[in-house]
This record gives sequence, structure tokens and C-alpha cells, in this order.
Amino acid sequence: MNKVGVLRFPGTNCDRDIWQAVETVKAKPEWLWHTDRFGWKDYKALVIPGGFSYGDYLRTGALAAMSPVMKSLKEAIDHGVPVIGICNGFQILCEARILPGALLRNEKLKFQDKWVQVKVENNKIPWSANFEKNRKVRLPIAHGDGRYYADSETLKKIEDRGQVWCRYLDNPNGSLNDIAGVVNDKGNVVALMPHPERAIFDWMGSNDGIGFFNWL
Amino acid sequence: MKVAVKVLPKSEVLDTQGRAVQNALKQQGYDLKECRIGKYIVIDVDTDSEKTALKEAEKMAQAVLHNNLIETYEIDVL
Repeated sequence: MNKVGVLRFPGTNCDRDIWQAVETVKAKPEWLWHTDRFGWKDYKALVIPGGFSYGDYLRTGALAAMSPVMKSLKEAIDHGVPVIGICNGFQILCEARILPGALLRNEKLKFQDKWVQVKVENNKIPWSANFEKNRKVRLPIAHGDGRYYADSETLKKIEDRGQVWCRYLDNPNGSLNDIAGVVNDKGNVVALMPHPERAIFDWMGSNDGIGFFNWL
Repeated sequence: MKVAVKVLPKSEVLDTQGRAVQNALKQQGYDLKECRIGKYIVIDVDTDSEKTALKEAEKMAQAVLHNNLIETYEIDVL
């Protein structure tokens, strides 16, 4: 069983890239619509792709976080199913309080669309198990609201417990502690702002992103 | 009964939008210490009771309209 559920909300736009990435590693992607309910036993992993769910209304990810499909997602998480959120998926997981912190407007207000280097600091989780610790990967970013924020107490807690998953080498958005990605305390939910699914083959500019998917 | 929920970024959170407008205002020659930008949400609660309206708006603000990690809110009866 290597079925991978790909969640879609109105405004999700990186869904087909995820589909291709999942197919590339010979796993079987399956769409899950925001109104769907699903059984966690059917999936090896779940992905919340990037995009602009609900047009970023109210707060980025806020309305998607309240969708019916999120109830099933939470059940899956409680049962240990590995989940990854990318870009808007990261924002949705923070708004759903599944991951600590929040993502705010970039410090310089500019929409950042470029290649960055990130260090993957935690390789004890499936999505980065193929990387040696502190592996540097080259991935594209494309976001206006990627400034990671958490209060000082939370920040200390996630630093102490190894919940900072990825860190920018050259902070593009003012994220606290250069945080590009985090993992939940249980270790089965991760999220990052850069797009590994846009770095699958050399011709895309980098194939470092495939390392996040080839455990599937 | 109409109520307004005012949402503002917490003082310790850097409000990039407010800072940009603050700089623009200063460039225009206005004298100000700070500018912060939030949201103003008007809700028509289906009740004639002010108490019920405030209670409902409070629940909505807590659950949906604000994120307590980064924002504060105030509710006014209109």
C-alpha cells in the first residue's frame, strides 16, 4: 500500500506538481477534496500542497484549516500517518494548530520567488530520512507570507526539542531563527515554505527535492 | 444586532504593512510615532439582545476571526 493522499482546497495550485513528484517515486497519488472525509488506514502518507487556498482571505491558511477534510487529517495524524505541508500547506497546518507558530507577511513585503539553500537539521522523520543530518538542499521558494513567527517560549521549546526541521542559509523573509520548516512534537507532521516538488529533475534547476519523496 | 470585531497584530509582532504605511506617512511629512494595520469585521448577529450578540461575537473572534499567537481583538456593539 503506497497510496498518497493529496489534499486540495479552492485555490490550491501546486497539486499537480505534487502528483508528478509522487508518481516519479512510483507511489500512487490520490486527490482528496476539501469537503471529503477519508479513512487514515488507506494512506501511507498525506500531502497538503501549496497555493492560495480561499484567496488567503482572513489569514493565510485560516479558512482551509476549518475544512471538513481537516477532521480526517487530524485523525490520521493521531494515528501516526506521515504528513507534509508545503508553503500554503505549512500555513494551513499552523492555523489548524497542528504545528507551532504562524507565518506572517515577509519582512520586506516583497513576494519572494527565487532559489534558496536550506539545511535539513532533523533526519529522524520519514520525509528527510534519506538525507544525512544537516544536509544542504537547493529548493525554490515562492511566497509572500513566509515569515515564521512563534513567541520566545515556543521558539525555545522547538529549538530545544529538535523541532526545527529546515533552516535557511540566507534568510529571505525575516523568519525567526531562520526557520524554513518545522516538525510536530510527535515527529509525523512536517512542513516547510520551500517547494521540494519543484526540484525533482536536474532540468528544473535542482533535483534535491526528490529526496523528500523517495521514501514513499 | 450589529457588532464590530477589531483585530490588530500584537505589539511584539512586527507589522510589516503598518511599518510600510508609517514610512510613507512620514515621507509625506506627517508627524507620527507609529502606524499599525489590522482588520475591522462587522457581523450582524441574528438576535436583538446585546448580551447574546457580544457572546456570539466573542466565540467567533476566539475560534475564527483572530489568531491568538499573533493578534489581539476588541468587540464593539454598533
